[in-house]
Amino acid sequence: MRIADRHTGSQSRADLYSTGPNSRSMASNAWRSMFSHAVGAVKRPAFCSRSAFTRGLKTVTLIPGDGIGPEISVAVMKIFEAAKTPIQWEERKVTAIQGPGGRWIIPPDCKESMDRNLIGLKGPLKTPIAAGHPSMNLLLRKTFDLYANVRPCVSIEGYKTPYTDVDLVTIRENTEGEYSGIEHIIVDGVVQSIKLITEDASRRIAEYAFEYARNNQRNSVTAVHKANIMRMSDGLFLRKCREVAENFKDIKFTEMYLDTVCLNMVQDPTQFDVLVMPNLYGDILSDLCAGLIGGLGVTPSGNIGANGVAIFESVHGTAPDIAGLDLANPTALLLSAVMMLRHMGMHDYGQRIETACFNTIRDKKVLTGDLGGKSKCSEFTEEICNRVKDTD
Amino acid sequence: MAAALRGILVTLAKGLNGTSPQWQQLAARPLSTTTRLGGPEAPPARADTTFKVTMVPGDGVGPELMTAVKDVFKAGDVPVEFEEFHLSEVQHMDSDEKLEEVLTSMKTNRVAMKGKINTPMEFKGELSSFEMKIRRRLDLFANVVHVNSLPGYSTRHNNLDLVIIREQTEGEYSSLEHESVPGVIECLKIITREKSRRIAKFAFDYATKNGRKKVTAVHKANIMKLADGLFLNCCAEVAELYPKIQYQNIIIDNCCMQLVQNPYQFDVLVMPNLYGNIIDNLAAGLVGGAGVVPGESYSSEYAVFETGARHPFAQAVGRNIANPTAMLLSAANMLHHLNLEYHSNMVSDAVRRVIKQGKVRTRDLGGYSTTGDLVQAVVGNLRHRPMS
Repeated sequence: MRIADRHTGSQSRADLYSTGPNSRSMASNAWRSMFSHAVGAVKRPAFCSRSAFTRGLKTVTLIPGDGIGPEISVAVMKIFEAAKTPIQWEERKVTAIQGPGGRWIIPPDCKESMDRNLIGLKGPLKTPIAAGHPSMNLLLRKTFDLYANVRPCVSIEGYKTPYTDVDLVTIRENTEGEYSGIEHIIVDGVVQSIKLITEDASRRIAEYAFEYARNNQRNSVTAVHKANIMRMSDGLFLRKCREVAENFKDIKFTEMYLDTVCLNMVQDPTQFDVLVMPNLYGDILSDLCAGLIGGLGVTPSGNIGANGVAIFESVHGTAPDIAGLDLANPTALLLSAVMMLRHMGMHDYGQRIETACFNTIRDKKVLTGDLGGKSKCSEFTEEICNRVKDTD
Repeated sequence: MAAALRGILVTLAKGLNGTSPQWQQLAARPLSTTTRLGGPEAPPARADTTFKVTMVPGDGVGPELMTAVKDVFKAGDVPVEFEEFHLSEVQHMDSDEKLEEVLTSMKTNRVAMKGKINTPMEFKGELSSFEMKIRRRLDLFANVVHVNSLPGYSTRHNNLDLVIIREQTEGEYSSLEHESVPGVIECLKIITREKSRRIAKFAFDYATKNGRKKVTAVHKANIMKLADGLFLNCCAEVAELYPKIQYQNIIIDNCCMQLVQNPYQFDVLVMPNLYGNIIDNLAAGLVGGAGVVPGESYSSEYAVFETGARHPFAQAVGRNIANPTAMLLSAANMLHHLNLEYHSNMVSDAVRRVIKQGKVRTRDLGGYSTTGDLVQAVVGNLRHRPMS
């Protein structure tokens, strides 16, 4: 299967970015995707009318973010318009405000919009180091209980890095662990930071990882841990992964130490498939993997929450130095939006936009500065729009 | 006092009798055994005293790597005598008495070579492993891994030269964990000002001593504002005392990403415990894996020499395929630490020459040679061979 993937290029990466409940029904349709993997370039009409979403207009909450966020959001909106995607945007601004009782909350209109639409697309938000309020990303995660962070890392043809053929997915527990935010100064000069691991959260993320693997035709899940050092906490996480693995006999389960994964990852990343891990390790590994394929500028990301909420985001910084100069690269946000389309069941739209984006990068004619070209963000966007229109 | 003076006089006399006295060497090492000084070409005569070094082979391929070191030392006539202790948690040797014995020996000898002592994953009531106990008891606070590309073995990133300094007595490895209610586990990460300042100072001292230009602190202070914030503040405070050395900081996840994309931007990196574990392994992977990067741990009094990426590599036990390069280079570093400059260079040069020739390579470097073959090749390349 993997070999077929390489030959047919981006076309057959179809299901890679799909996530969540909508893609679950695909398990029963495994033969169909196997067929389309094999023929590769053939269009996939099967999915067109499958989802009820595609008939009517669907509203998505858009959080443009700070810095370059607004420009790349405009780029994505333009490309979506060119592809005639049945999506309408509801723009919301996010800043930390203090609610009653002094707790930091996100603006009520944003929360209300997300609660209604369930699906969101988000640009970068700035996180001041050592400021009074918690990071906005953390706040969003907590508000909507976005427990799983999914990042598919696939080498992009035409964008050269020392690593080729990377094709893996990192799934990170997003709500607890080292990022519980519980810290205190015991006496002056001694700080205690609490890493929290719970049975429920560990089981939930393990189940999600295995379901993701099954729904996306992936063969193995590797649990990344440090249970030799943190024997109780990571031990619990590992135990839950093992228990869940019992219910997914079709998926190969392996466990590896975090340090071993890092060591092997930079030597031979092709040996990994789906990786599941607690918060901090996931944070580090997902960025490391993004580095393998060219950085956060080309890596999509999705956050899956309880009750059907999902926020897709670009995870790069706000790049304040180039904000407003029309130099930013919208690829990460665009690919995240593609991931979102697949999550919503709009596979054909996602496929078209993704192909247009990958082809633009492969042809190397119109590229933004960070990809090694000289074009402006708007020119790059225009090129993708034209390609999307051409495939009509 | 009189005896010492006589010793120096004897040395002087001997030096003058020789064809060309090595004054510099003499000045640099007033404490070294006098009889080792010979002519510049001839190998030093056998030392009167040998250095005693504690050896803990550990688990996995550790014993095989130690055999390699012993073979090379024997062939090179290196004046080091090992006091060997087998300590393991996975085999039935995990008594505390044994640990005490090892610690006593380490305290007497002050220098040790150590393989990885494997840690069983399952929690059986004891939270800290032998590795951590040794580190804590000897206060081995600084772990130094010098990641240096080996000439002749090409990887995705060549000509790398960076140093990773890791605090390894506190942080996430505090072994403080408890189950608050069933199904909820708290694991404490402790960061103290004292230890953060100590490691920061160590890093800057290391940079000064080794002529390095930049120190980068690795942290996650945007999330762990208090704990990593304290570490970061300590680094910044110490940095002010070293105006000649450039100081930067970087967030751990970004650091990992930069390391695979452009590792050349880093010089000396200093970080808390867990991040060090990650970066050590990651950087070792960049230049060829766990088998080629040496490492060492220091306290104010003791030094332990080991591999840079500490893995037992248990699946290779008895197959004669482990790469002894890292352990041999580490042994050479140990000889350097013991002021056995000549022997240190002899061993490390021999290892580097074998790698550069590229004829004998173990499997992890893409060859088909065995551990034994590599050791033989290194022995064959030692400048000085035993007369027999």
